[in-house]
Amino acid sequence: MSILDKILGRDEEPADGDGPKNEAAGYTLKIRRYDPESGETAFWHEYDVDIAPERSVLDGILYAKDHEDASIGIRCSCRAAICGSCGVRINGKSALACNTRISDAQAKAGRGKPIVVEPMGNMPVLKDLIVDMDAVHWKKIQRVVPWLLPDGEPPEREYIVPAESMIDVTQSMACIQCGVCVSACLSLEVDPEFVGPAALAKAYRFVGDPRDGQTEERLRDLAEDPHGMYDCTHCFACIEVCPKDVAPMDQIMRLRRRATGDYEIKDKNNGYGHGKAFVDMIENWGTLHEAQMLPRSFGDGSMIKGQTEPGAVKQLVEALPTAIRGLKSGKVTPKAVLFHPKLPDQDNVRKIYKAIESQGERLELNLYIVADNSADEEGAMAEGTKEGLA
Amino acid sequence: MKLAYWPGCVSRGFTPELHGSMALVAPKLGLELVELDRASCCGAGVIAEHNQELADTLNARTFALAQGVDGAAGMMNICSTCQGAQSECQERLDADSGYRDHINGTLSDQGLTYEKSGEWWNKNFMWLLVEEIGLDKLAAKVVRPLEGLRIAPFYGCYIVRPTHRLGFEAHPNRHKYLDHLIEILGAESVSYAGSHKCCGFPVITMNRATSLRQAGRHLADAIDAGADCLVTPCPLCHLNLDMQQPDAAKFVERDLDVPVLHLPQMVGLALGLEPKELGMDKHVVKTKDVQVKVAEVAAA
Repeated sequence: MSILDKILGRDEEPADGDGPKNEAAGYTLKIRRYDPESGETAFWHEYDVDIAPERSVLDGILYAKDHEDASIGIRCSCRAAICGSCGVRINGKSALACNTRISDAQAKAGRGKPIVVEPMGNMPVLKDLIVDMDAVHWKKIQRVVPWLLPDGEPPEREYIVPAESMIDVTQSMACIQCGVCVSACLSLEVDPEFVGPAALAKAYRFVGDPRDGQTEERLRDLAEDPHGMYDCTHCFACIEVCPKDVAPMDQIMRLRRRATGDYEIKDKNNGYGHGKAFVDMIENWGTLHEAQMLPRSFGDGSMIKGQTEPGAVKQLVEALPTAIRGLKSGKVTPKAVLFHPKLPDQDNVRKIYKAIESQGERLELNLYIVADNSADEEGAMAEGTKEGLA
Repeated sequence: MKLAYWPGCVSRGFTPELHGSMALVAPKLGLELVELDRASCCGAGVIAEHNQELADTLNARTFALAQGVDGAAGMMNICSTCQGAQSECQERLDADSGYRDHINGTLSDQGLTYEKSGEWWNKNFMWLLVEEIGLDKLAAKVVRPLEGLRIAPFYGCYIVRPTHRLGFEAHPNRHKYLDHLIEILGAESVSYAGSHKCCGFPVITMNRATSLRQAGRHLADAIDAGADCLVTPCPLCHLNLDMQQPDAAKFVERDLDVPVLHLPQMVGLALGLEPKELGMDKHVVKTKDVQVKVAEVAAA
């Protein structure tokens, strides 16, 4: 068999048809077991489960519990992706077990291979598939003050706001606190102190709420925290795994947009400066002038101010060896550091900046809210997609 | 095949060896590249973070310029980050004709319009190699199989997530292409934990520790899995994995010293181009050991 046949799967039967539809079929779950009271280390155990292909991985785990070993630990309740209890990792990918079809999990695992089920990542394991949500997820949720902080005396009856002013936060409100994004987060993997995707999405739920009176304080707090909104590496892992399409990373980007665009919060993490330097550079030259990125970040876009602040000096000194390596390897030339060519028709790029910035409001098309209407081609551009400038 | 070609900023900035190697590899593959020299930066997610409409308009302009290249089969980029940032803008532009008309209105005085079309595409070189050229045809062009080399793939986040936006429905194996390319060129693909994780580059100026711990950990995992080198379709990943590698080593408290190739460099080696002309002497982490192994195969 050639490498090409192997790569193209010519040696295998077609990937579909992992068992007859609507009839019981055989699957093997390879579950990571751990019982702290046993004194033993974690171990793998395989369970054969006979359930129909359209049933869920959770059904498979419960089958193994019923038929083979009642001591398998799993948290679950609703079985319908509402309660958010059964987060696990299936073949390495964080997901709700109840929301993952067992035949789909089999297809991902590969024909003849067991479906690997592990506890969620980034949280300590209490037993088998149960992780300590209190120690990580809920602690981080508490960190962002997850309740409304209105200004002034409460009204006699309920707060009344126009319905359209709440549309912007409906996506973050869809969160069911399952922790699947926390499990998948690649920043948390290296920085356990990162506030994390679920808590930051929750923060946006209040930042975007017109009844809240602490918008700027919330933003400043999370912008200044070294493990806050600027500790997200933009890896899309949370967007990929969220079972409710909350897109936590998009909510983090909204926090940054508000912090920089509406309140101009010049944080010590350099989030404001980095964004400003980047956006200004493209307005000036059309492409990125990398050699000046770092110094301009500390100058909030400028090459000649801000770089003498203590934090800036420290980071510029830290970056010096990188710059020297760039010059030594021939990647970077002194000329390229100082001069950067403009696009031949850079005026056209500037015109776009001018046209959009003169609108006085930011336009955001959130596909979670307006949905993809490419089929009917009506072009809704629904109300509620325009963010007013503060 | 004629292509509208978007090289991105970094390939013409801190990774000139990427731009240079692509220029040499293209004719070997029968690709005619028409460089979009008027197009602007994709925004790398940073412009969209500042103002989504601005990013969408700048990229709609790039798409319109690409659609204006006569006889081009589509648009090609050589940067995972460009691919992800542009796919995100394209998703919004394609989803709503009212929004698209609004964005095109801003471009109208430049005589440009982005036309939504099921036929038109923007593909990273990695996707293009597998889907438009084909592994069979690529295999037939190999004159120097990279036998004996153990190469760890590093994809870059923007080209693998989110799958719903990146065409995985039509092309479900896009997360395996780099592995496939490594093997079809005769090398061995190394399996390790970090292949689809984040290099940390987007926060290098905001949280150096998070950024370099990520880079360092993935490099260490690749070394422990026996890799001779890594290969990536993303120049931003290359900056953190290669240029910053000596600093990343400090954050993970161990020696690293593993070279990182750009995708066109790896393809170029197998197509018979010499390491020097592919710019392999312009890396921070020396590529000598890889060059020696490649030379051994050629001599055998």
